[in-house]
Amino acid sequence: MRYAFWPGCVSRGACPELFEAVVRVSDRLGIEMIELKEASCTGAGVLSEQNPELADTLNGRTFAMAEKLGLPLMNICSTCQGVQGRINYKFQNDATYLSRINERLAEEGLHYSGNLEIKNFLWVLVEDVGLDKLRSMVVRPLRGLNIAPFYGCYILRPSKELGYAEHPERGKYLEKVIEVLGAEPVDFYGKSKCCGFPIVTMNRRNSLAMAGDHLLEAKSKGADAMVTPCPLCHLNLDAQQPDAAGIKGQPIGLPILHLPQLVGLALGIDPEAMRLNNHIVSTEAVTEKLKVKV
Amino acid sequence: MQVSLRVRRFDPESNQGPYYQTYSMDAPDYYTVLDALIHIREETDGTLGLRCSCRSAICGSCAMRIDGHAKLACKTKIIDLTADGGEVTVEPVGNMPVVKDLIADMKPFWDKIRAVDPWLQPEGPEPEREYVVPNEAMQDLAGAMNCIMCGACVSDCTVLEAELNRGVPVEKTWLAPAALAKAYRFVGDPRDDHQYDRLEKLSDSGGIWDCTHCFECIEVCPKGVAPMDRIMALRDKAVSAGITNNNGTRHAKAFHDSIKAYGRLDEVTLVPKSVGFFNIRELLPQMPTGLRMLKAGKLRLPHKAENKKKIKQIVDSLDKEQME
Repeated sequence: MRYAFWPGCVSRGACPELFEAVVRVSDRLGIEMIELKEASCTGAGVLSEQNPELADTLNGRTFAMAEKLGLPLMNICSTCQGVQGRINYKFQNDATYLSRINERLAEEGLHYSGNLEIKNFLWVLVEDVGLDKLRSMVVRPLRGLNIAPFYGCYILRPSKELGYAEHPERGKYLEKVIEVLGAEPVDFYGKSKCCGFPIVTMNRRNSLAMAGDHLLEAKSKGADAMVTPCPLCHLNLDAQQPDAAGIKGQPIGLPILHLPQLVGLALGIDPEAMRLNNHIVSTEAVTEKLKVKV
Repeated sequence: MQVSLRVRRFDPESNQGPYYQTYSMDAPDYYTVLDALIHIREETDGTLGLRCSCRSAICGSCAMRIDGHAKLACKTKIIDLTADGGEVTVEPVGNMPVVKDLIADMKPFWDKIRAVDPWLQPEGPEPEREYVVPNEAMQDLAGAMNCIMCGACVSDCTVLEAELNRGVPVEKTWLAPAALAKAYRFVGDPRDDHQYDRLEKLSDSGGIWDCTHCFECIEVCPKGVAPMDRIMALRDKAVSAGITNNNGTRHAKAFHDSIKAYGRLDEVTLVPKSVGFFNIRELLPQMPTGLRMLKAGKLRLPHKAENKKKIKQIVDSLDKEQME
């Protein structure tokens, strides 16, 4: 399994633990990743609102780079998946527009056909690695852990543009992975809702209230930790968690794991190598339950 | 096929809180959720309250939450939701007070629609004959004009939900998707002469910059209005009109400038650049987060794309085209 790999800005910025974890887990699972070092930020939807054609050109450039390698594209961020998926859908349904974008890409000697497959790490795990293979590689089953899944909006919606017609189960993949790793998925209303990150600078109170609502709900349903495939959600759920607790007027203390970290724990990878000690909310409750030292 | 409808019931005169009641029936394959609910009301339980009219996805009366998401009951077939022997959960729309069972009080919805002055406001002398609107202008608005005011987008709006959860009085909550899509319809109409005032008002707190980009409204809208996309288009129109003194515009600019400079997003300076470097009142509450992140090794120098000058060239050239 080989992929052109787009790490996203956050795994190269405020969440270095995500990058470390995915590199180690992919190695263990036999996923070969060719990092697209010249690719740009997807614009996270923000660039699309000011200058859609700029965002489309930059992402088209990334797609063309992956295509040049002859490989599908893998990302590790729900937001990247949503932005890339939406733009790819636009290209696939408007050949005239795509050829205009290609005229721009030609200056760099690039061309995009419109046929690239773009997959978040979560989808790669289930659709390409396969749950049976994943199960067979578990050496440290996460028994006794109750894990709340948190998807992130961009990997779920708009479902029409994200391949849900072809893969209707994509909205249940996190639960399936949690189960295969030996843990118990926690069902809660907020799992498919918004973490609040996009408005943290525009309406901080609403943003923190959103994170706080979901964290407290998951905790009240018995979660020992939460897992997310989106590092932007991670920022609001982990880094902002003490402030979310402040706004909700009650302590939270729920560890938030990146998806590759959770997989890595079950595959027996050293938590420190995946920088589980690099979080704002301590992950000790998880590692203690598994009796592994960080 | 055999199905069970698990319906959320509430009778304000009963002094009892909401509860769920399950109705089982043999439903023909062609049955919509609305067909099933009417069947229950007419054959099994005449006390079930619901609102409906056209039964053809035109009037917008029968929006309700079906298996957790807002949908028109008349447009949702049971067979698409569950197999033989399955269960479907039916609840009233969210984010609005419940009058009885599946009937919600739409007042908050209409108040928000009215708040955006949903009528044309031309200026100048009355034209001598009819105003001929360019086709492309109306085509752009046609999508927003498809709204049937069912309230599905308001029901599932995550920002409104968070505000109501934290006790914000409903009249102080943000405008929410339906009203903003309606506002777009008037801002974009060439016959209207109040675009700037409208955009200025919409850029205030509780307007276009409060949307959290969760796509719920796009997902649940039964008419393809895509309210969130309209909100993003309004942001672009407001910035182009020069209404830029807000955190939303600064945030978008910081994003753009970071990509131009590094090819990547630099989260570290995003917050101070968005609220303003000298905005002590807003920066202070963010300080503890910053310090915690610094301590955990999460605040780092921006990561740069290799060969980033290529990215800058693209940004420059498309910015220039947009200016022209």
